[in-house]
Amino acid sequence: MSSNTILEVNNLKVTFDVRSEGDMPWTKAKKLQAVNDISFSLNAGQTLGVVGESGCGKSTLARAIVKMVPVESGEVVWLGNDLLGLNDSETRPFRKQIQMIFQDPLASLNPRMNIGEIIAEPLRTHYPKTPESDVQARVSDVMNKVGLLDNLKNRYPHEFSGGQCQRIGIARALILKPKLIICDEPVSALDVSIQAQVVNLLMDLQEEMDLALIFIAHDLSVVKHISSKIMVLYLGNMVEIAESDDIYKNPSHPYTQALISAVPIPDPSIEKNKNLILIEGDLPSPIDPPSGCVFRTRCPKAQEICAQKKPEFKEFTKGHSVACHFSD
Amino acid sequence: MIALNKNKIKVMAENLSDSSAGRSLWKDARMRFMQNKAATISLFILMSIVLFSFIGPYFAVWSYEQIDWNAMGSAARVGMPSIESGHFFGTDDLGRDLYSRVIQGTQISLMVGVLGASVAVIVGTLYGATSGYLGGKTDQIMMRIVDILMSIPYMFVLILLLVVFGRSIGMLFIGIGLLSWLDMSRIVRGQTLNLKNKEFIEAARVTGVSDFKIITKHIVPNLLGIVAVYATLLVPGIILAESFISFLGLGVQEPSTSWGALIKEGAGTISYDTEWQLLFPLAFFVVSLFCFYFIGDGLRDALDPKER
Amino acid sequence: MSLLEVKNLKVEFETADGVVNAVNNVNFSIEEGKILAIVGESGSGKSQTVFAMTGLLDHNGSATGSVKFEGEEILNISNQKLNQIRAEKIAMIFQDPMTSLNPYVRVSDQMTEVLVHHHGASKSDALKQSINMLDAVRIPDASNRIRMYPHEFSGGMRQRVMIAMSLLCKPKLLIADEPTTALDVTVQAQIMKLLADLQKDFGMSIILITHDLGVVAGNSDDMLVMYGGEIMEIGKTENIYSAPTHPYTQGLMSAVPRLDDSEERLITIPGNPPNMMKSPEGCPFSPRCKFAVDKCNSDSPALLKIGNSDHFRSCHVDKEKIL
Repeated sequence: MSSNTILEVNNLKVTFDVRSEGDMPWTKAKKLQAVNDISFSLNAGQTLGVVGESGCGKSTLARAIVKMVPVESGEVVWLGNDLLGLNDSETRPFRKQIQMIFQDPLASLNPRMNIGEIIAEPLRTHYPKTPESDVQARVSDVMNKVGLLDNLKNRYPHEFSGGQCQRIGIARALILKPKLIICDEPVSALDVSIQAQVVNLLMDLQEEMDLALIFIAHDLSVVKHISSKIMVLYLGNMVEIAESDDIYKNPSHPYTQALISAVPIPDPSIEKNKNLILIEGDLPSPIDPPSGCVFRTRCPKAQEICAQKKPEFKEFTKGHSVACHFSD
Repeated sequence: MIALNKNKIKVMAENLSDSSAGRSLWKDARMRFMQNKAATISLFILMSIVLFSFIGPYFAVWSYEQIDWNAMGSAARVGMPSIESGHFFGTDDLGRDLYSRVIQGTQISLMVGVLGASVAVIVGTLYGATSGYLGGKTDQIMMRIVDILMSIPYMFVLILLLVVFGRSIGMLFIGIGLLSWLDMSRIVRGQTLNLKNKEFIEAARVTGVSDFKIITKHIVPNLLGIVAVYATLLVPGIILAESFISFLGLGVQEPSTSWGALIKEGAGTISYDTEWQLLFPLAFFVVSLFCFYFIGDGLRDALDPKER
Repeated sequence: MSLLEVKNLKVEFETADGVVNAVNNVNFSIEEGKILAIVGESGSGKSQTVFAMTGLLDHNGSATGSVKFEGEEILNISNQKLNQIRAEKIAMIFQDPMTSLNPYVRVSDQMTEVLVHHHGASKSDALKQSINMLDAVRIPDASNRIRMYPHEFSGGMRQRVMIAMSLLCKPKLLIADEPTTALDVTVQAQIMKLLADLQKDFGMSIILITHDLGVVAGNSDDMLVMYGGEIMEIGKTENIYSAPTHPYTQGLMSAVPRLDDSEERLITIPGNPPNMMKSPEGCPFSPRCKFAVDKCNSDSPALLKIGNSDHFRSCHVDKEKIL
């Protein structure tokens, strides 16, 4: 663990019990592998982008890190402490340092609370004795930071536009001066012109407050823009992790290659002459994933070995790791 | 039409940008409720009835248990509604003043309805919200208990209770309150399950807000809409139940009375040309129930999130 | 003659808080066998424009102006006539296929119904045609899967079923309202490729409504940029991308991060989308426009041809100043 690593996730596994309709109470539930053997580390002030399509486990990964879903095995080491070994009251002090922002800006705000109360809630939870005037000062302060006028404190969430609601969500995440913010699809519900505002805001805040970000999205172009490192997930498994420029220029996993080629580029001269790598078929069921490599059922390069042996996740150039039998 | 609704919100945000006071969902709902004529009129009538049941006694010439010996036994000839005799609503068969008795019945019936409903609402909401929020095994057990209680024939138990422990308002409350929260708890649990997965609950959990605070500050306030609607519909339900029990002769004890008991007496003597004995209590009963239903409807429309 | 010609289309909605002008003075046309993309953010009126054309406006909406399909007026005509046109010549697909598929009816029944009712085909004939169409949209094992219910298909497959259904009657015009917004990128690529292939095979025209500038770039001949219910710019897709002449188009293009580029900072359009309640004085974009002059706030700019091209823009500021 290097000196400025703040978060290290080791072999994290999350499984859900799935019961089908009509099962008897004593029937054994099926296991759904939502997150399978994920490891990575994150330095202070760095941004890790997590991309993958729906059902790849990226949201579950985020929730596992903050202990919102039960973890089957693995470690989440935050500043030297394994969070998963702690009970609820022992975790509480760490909750101050890790905050989260969500996809649906309006749904992430309690419609019955006004903006001031919403933003102040984390502060009141962790420092219940803070005098009211200090709370108000802190709220005004973060509101200014995210570009909201502080005279809007008494307003309610439904009076704001999507972009503004997302700013409120960011303000709430910032009030405790966290070290890490986990952003779960923070811009995918926003309009293009608003998306850019929020992305810029996050990048500015990151620089100003030395924040680390885990930025989860399905839009590879946004993730590449904001992240220093990118991790690609498929069906709960890590398929590739690398510096963001590196992963765009030298994608090594067939899935990453297909993903990158599928992202449309807003330029007709490039887009119309592009060589698309299409992957056929549907995502396999996570309850019954393919043997060996999870991507083999749709992979253009698949060979016999892919069905027999799960490819190791190994580093092939510095900082660039991939899980494929044919990566070199 | 999402785009348009979004716009509406933006418009509101901009229109209000000069004042710093926000418009909470409650204020919005109140405005919409006020626009619903039937509901507003019903609310007004219901308030008048409540007010009447408190102020009415000051104008009464006779008390509700006093017997007018002149009218006793000859209600059809002497006991008709008149201002001179002081029997504004006439007398009942025993010569007691119906005006006072209707007031008394109104008080009792409304009290049973409102208190019964509040018990149901408080118990049901807390029970349902806890069960839904905690989920898993706890939820399973809590809900099976509700299922078991629900399978008990409600009227039968109530009648048994009243027969075994004697007729009293207290027993009536216990009997009605014991069982009427069951539906409430189910409705609340369903809504809680919905709310639980909302991102704002997740946001609170990530921050480390305690379960108790999440239930009381985030879940219950967002349930109040549906609870309010259900409560206004529960009140007439309980009034009906009480009336039915009283109609069977098991409700409140003489000389106290309730709408159900009065209607029963009135219905029993209808062949003696004393139709006022039925019509006055019946009118109060029917009008109040209609009012409650209209208010419930109005509340539902006002609090319905579809509009947003 | 153009396949579809829209003139001075205006859409208004009567709401409790007043009249909303969702679409203002929209003019455009589409030629046979072409793909026209309508681009805009939420509230730009792009969906309402086509809803008005096809008579699908909400009950509180009203449309004025003229929409001519194959030379015939179709705006505000009777439902019966409209149904016929929608069944035979204009088809639509939506963002969420589940809104147009009945979850309780097998796909086979939903597909054959159209053919049997509108074209008088026999049941077995209709089934055969439906299976062929599912093959055409590349659904594997079509003859068996046609008996499934909509929820048994994945999101991408469902959109394919929707496309197959809409193509059964060989429409002249297909309107695709955000057809890939709810899908993953790899599936989006599949569906867009499919649409392009089908367009060539069937020789139909497509109106593609989207907010995704990447999708527009690869899949359209012409494009139309809308903002606040008005057309900002219209022209050949290549021309607009290489030299956007309207400040809004330009802002939009620079606000999207590009995968093939590593710019340090995105250039944003300040402010929030417009308020449709207040009928805009002047150009709807003027409050957010960095080129805006006094005139922009008072006079609505007309949609004018640039030189001799078929490139139109509505902006008071000289094109040279913006480029």
